[in-house]
Amino acid sequence: MIFLKAFLVGGAICLLAQLLMDLTSYRITPAHILVGFVSGGAVLSALGLYQPLVKFAGAGATVPLPGFGHLLAQGAIKGAAQKGLLGALGGGLEAAAAGVMAAVVFGYLVAVLFTPRGD
Amino acid sequence: MPKVTLQQSQSEAEKWAYKKLVSRFQPRPPVVRNAFWAFVVGGLICVLGQVFINLYRQAGLAETEAATGASITLVFLSALLTGIGVYDQIGRFAGAGSVVPITGFANSIVAPALEFKQEGLIFGVAARLFTFAGPVLVYGFVTSWLIGLAYYLLKF
Repeated sequence: MIFLKAFLVGGAICLLAQLLMDLTSYRITPAHILVGFVSGGAVLSALGLYQPLVKFAGAGATVPLPGFGHLLAQGAIKGAAQKGLLGALGGGLEAAAAGVMAAVVFGYLVAVLFTPRGD
Repeated sequence: MPKVTLQQSQSEAEKWAYKKLVSRFQPRPPVVRNAFWAFVVGGLICVLGQVFINLYRQAGLAETEAATGASITLVFLSALLTGIGVYDQIGRFAGAGSVVPITGFANSIVAPALEFKQEGLIFGVAARLFTFAGPVLVYGFVTSWLIGLAYYLLKF
């Protein structure tokens, strides 16, 4: 059941992004989607609207980019609650640290080890 | 001065008319097909993420750790698939379905770094790693700080 929910919610978030790119007259590129969905997820999370979606759909909400924003926002809130202003500053990256490190480290290794394909 | 503004408004009107004309001949995106594949591929990547979450939960990880672990696994797989050129093949028909999951973030890091490899390890690989990731992290971090700050100020 959780797999079906993950499929439907995750798919719906991607569908929304695709429609934004195809149906709006302003040229929205994948870069706009990346930036907008992370920040948008953080805002939704701060308003308390994203955690219910995570509870409902599991990976369907954590794997899409708004899930990354959710991680940043909840980290900042937790940090602010525990350590005040310093926590508000560091909490977001602390929560997302493993993901950011993984992306940079694996990304670097692959870029160094593989050769670009010209197509 | 009225002459100048008249000219300006004329050229604006011409620009607008030209844009309209061009847009009539530009190919329209196949909206329904794009939407279908974005939904299916994006959904399937999330299902794969759920498989990893369940595996890590069984291995004894807590809920948030399992979710983080699953995301990291997907990032690793996506980086690898980008390296061998498969992820971009998927992206060609999946569109946002390959961009919006965390795998798209990993792809946006590896692809430009790989492409500009011949410019060297510093300005080629390392700098280009952040072509897309840079803006994402900048806006993500600033938003996160503002949220933390707002929480701090409203709470005390």
